[in-house]
Amino acid sequence: MTDRTDIETTSGNRGLSFEEPLIFEQDSPQSTAVDLEEPSHDIDRLGGLRRRSAVGLPGLSEPEVVRHYTRLSQKNYSIDTGFYPLGSCTMKHNPRLNEKMARLPGLGDIHPFQPESTVQGAYKLMYSLATWLKELTGLPAVALSPAAGAHGELCGIMAIRAAHQAAGNDDRKVVLVPESAHGTNPATAAICGYSVESIPGNGNGRVAVDALKARLGPDVAAVMITNPNTCGLFENEAKAIADAVHAAGAYFYMDGANFNAIVGLVTLSELGVDAMHINLHKTFSTPHGGGGPGAGPMVLSDALAPFAPVPFLVHDANGLRMAEHAGDKDAPQSFGRMKGYHGQFGVFVRALAYMMSLGIDGLRQASGDAVLNANYLRVRLSEELTPSYDGICMHEALFDDRFLKDTGVSTLDFAKSMIDEGFHPPTMYFPLVVHGALLMEPTETESKATLDQYCETVLALARKAKRGDMAEEFLSAPHLTPRRRLDETQAARKPILRWKPEPLKHAAE
Amino acid sequence: MRYLPLTNSDRGAMLSTIGVGSIDELFSELPSGEPDFNLPDCQSEISVERAMNAFARENLSCSDAPSFLGAGNYRHHTPASLDHLIQRGEFLTAYTPYQPEISQGTLQTIYEFQSQVALMMDMEVANASMYDGATACAEAAAMACRVTKRSRVLMSGAVHPHYRDVTQTQLKHLNLEIDCLAPDPIGVEDLIGRVDDDLACIVVQNPGFFGHLADLSQLAEACHAAGVLLVACVAEPVSLGLVTPPGAMGADIVVGEGQSLAGPASFGGPGVGLFATQEKYLRQMPGRLCGETVDADGRRGFVLTLSTREQHIRREKATSNICTNSGLIALAFTIHMTLLGEAGFTRLAEVNHANAVTLANKLSAIKGVTVVPQTFFNEFAITLPRAAAEVAEALASKGILGGVPVSRFYPRYEELANVLLVTATELTTDGDMDALVSGLGEVLS
Repeated sequence: MTDRTDIETTSGNRGLSFEEPLIFEQDSPQSTAVDLEEPSHDIDRLGGLRRRSAVGLPGLSEPEVVRHYTRLSQKNYSIDTGFYPLGSCTMKHNPRLNEKMARLPGLGDIHPFQPESTVQGAYKLMYSLATWLKELTGLPAVALSPAAGAHGELCGIMAIRAAHQAAGNDDRKVVLVPESAHGTNPATAAICGYSVESIPGNGNGRVAVDALKARLGPDVAAVMITNPNTCGLFENEAKAIADAVHAAGAYFYMDGANFNAIVGLVTLSELGVDAMHINLHKTFSTPHGGGGPGAGPMVLSDALAPFAPVPFLVHDANGLRMAEHAGDKDAPQSFGRMKGYHGQFGVFVRALAYMMSLGIDGLRQASGDAVLNANYLRVRLSEELTPSYDGICMHEALFDDRFLKDTGVSTLDFAKSMIDEGFHPPTMYFPLVVHGALLMEPTETESKATLDQYCETVLALARKAKRGDMAEEFLSAPHLTPRRRLDETQAARKPILRWKPEPLKHAAE
Repeated sequence: MRYLPLTNSDRGAMLSTIGVGSIDELFSELPSGEPDFNLPDCQSEISVERAMNAFARENLSCSDAPSFLGAGNYRHHTPASLDHLIQRGEFLTAYTPYQPEISQGTLQTIYEFQSQVALMMDMEVANASMYDGATACAEAAAMACRVTKRSRVLMSGAVHPHYRDVTQTQLKHLNLEIDCLAPDPIGVEDLIGRVDDDLACIVVQNPGFFGHLADLSQLAEACHAAGVLLVACVAEPVSLGLVTPPGAMGADIVVGEGQSLAGPASFGGPGVGLFATQEKYLRQMPGRLCGETVDADGRRGFVLTLSTREQHIRREKATSNICTNSGLIALAFTIHMTLLGEAGFTRLAEVNHANAVTLANKLSAIKGVTVVPQTFFNEFAITLPRAAAEVAEALASKGILGGVPVSRFYPRYEELANVLLVTATELTTDGDMDALVSGLGEVLS
């Protein structure tokens, strides 16, 4: 550390890095950033339920509010600012055309319960999105309404359970999930009333197909497999797995979290898939927004399509209309409703704008570039890091912590030191099947120059760690961020989850 | 292909570093043969904008018509600075704040959001948000069953029908029993009489789906005496600027939909689910939580916390399978609440209520029209002399979005066929109201 980083400032600010108090600490009672006219009268039809005490919200003017959030935004890493190789998350560029389109008054400022004759354009847009998704996956039906990937999983497993119930097979109580799966898979199966059994890997990062086949039987309802899987590898025996699953009377669920590697290159119908959710916020570029909103449409095979949740679009002589009631003639076997209104329409607009922009040729090129970028990282970083599996990967490259053996530096320390270099760390400690995982997903929207700079930086860090006398610098990283490492143990042991006015705070202590 | 930075010479150099001859070779594990897709090739921005504008033009935007639509989705003014701030790339294009040292912006906004939601609901803690009001309601019912270790849920007829449907769907495989009472337009159902000691929770909504406001205090007392939790839904959070919040009336879990304060309806999604409860139930709460702590230098900072409840740690034993919140919409909500502040929020609610009272008076003067609830905030049901769906359609052909027919939700209840939900907000002008009154007069004559 040079002396310069140790300079103490009076304000607490450090150049362009500002300290920003809570809104509650900037309260000027009676201030507001929204001027509204006085109510036209004060006749009250609240039936005596008028609020008796103040809410307790702070008052700020517009300039104060704008500065508050602008300063806070500057404490965030983002895909706009830098490289974000977060494995499994597909942090690709978010085109601003998508934002502009979602804000057209005819798309943004429409209400879900307008008469259907006044929203035919919205229905056509949803129908167009559905057509793209069905075409790209080769499956005949899609339920658009799930709000996120995990919600899509829930949709798929509920459809599977409904299909088993309709066939009188509800005694199937087990869902098989590989040990490398995302945590949402077992959580979803459990919510659908299934018990979850883990299937081991084959030692090469893929599902042990023999073990899977051996476990199939009359008690198995479904198999959930992520493909490409969380080790960044294509499950090349997917079709054989699907055939075995079907022969055993179960359904094959594919987790589409990693669809970005294979869009336009393979269809799910070829792979024997019955259901897959598509993360529009990953594969189709809609912004992650600091943790949502996403959208997780579910494509379904012919066998599962009748059980799709409402709402969905139906064609008739007057154009498109929405089937909104499970059990009605439009949706006699639907398993129900999962989401208010018609799904994440604003996300649909953005995803469709992206698909139309790239087109099928661009989507195919994007998958190719995503996989090319990941393999480039894999090969270049193998000079110092330890890849978990040999050979070509898909859109993400998995490393483990063997290269850090005996250095005193952990995966976490190594990742935190990447922050000081201006890079977002990769996904750490996931998947659980390798020790100290670092899972890197560069996506297709990064230039070779960015990848080269990242590789040179990570290689230099690895060499530094291996020198053996620099561990302390890693253990205390990051040093150059608005905050250093945060005490997560204290946060969990004594939870402080909201601001409280002073008297309350004392009372609580 | 403006989104793809690699040039052909980059690709060539990278392939040779990898040691393969072509990109195709990277996909040798995939089934051979390229599928045939019936999809168009890439397009310019100009061309995509034209296509999207064509979709948009086929819709009647609420910005181009007097609009009285509600039913859980409300149109309010969005301050210009709000939309500017949520489009800052550092907010818009960030992931979930898993690396807190470089995510303090998102984390502090979540902490402030949780604080505001807890204050508005008059509850002790709130989470970082859920998908929407309906899914938050389902999660609340499931949580009440975990807390009480009971398996029966009773849902009032004043709860939004989508909340009821989603709760029934989401809980159907958990061996729980969900009883939904018949739709209750005037608030006469007897909930207290249905309290018993094997019920996990009663789910109510305030203001109710038909507009009616209810004092929940006695119901809460009866629930607590029997060990039952009271879950209250708030579909229009602007009401909390004027109406006693559910927490002050004894609710144990309060959920809601934050869309009305976050921005335009966007055809119903994305929204933002609000979720608040009492501290003693914290460990059973679903969803992300942000908490205060200190960094290595002792300075205040924020982290995601108590994640041992969540799916990435607990897997099949998690409190919920949810792994996201509705971050950006929660950000819009919290920015709007900060812009409003106490004075602005109260004023906003007063203007909404005053306009709704004015509208109710004008509509009840029309022959054959009756305002159903005695009490309301900014939305109320009216009965018409003929089918509400036809009337709404006829008004739309006059360029008026006059209300939401209840038959859209309850097609099997013939007695609700003539009921229309009507909303007034701060955006509703006298001219809008006059247009609706004269439009209705013409349609009904």
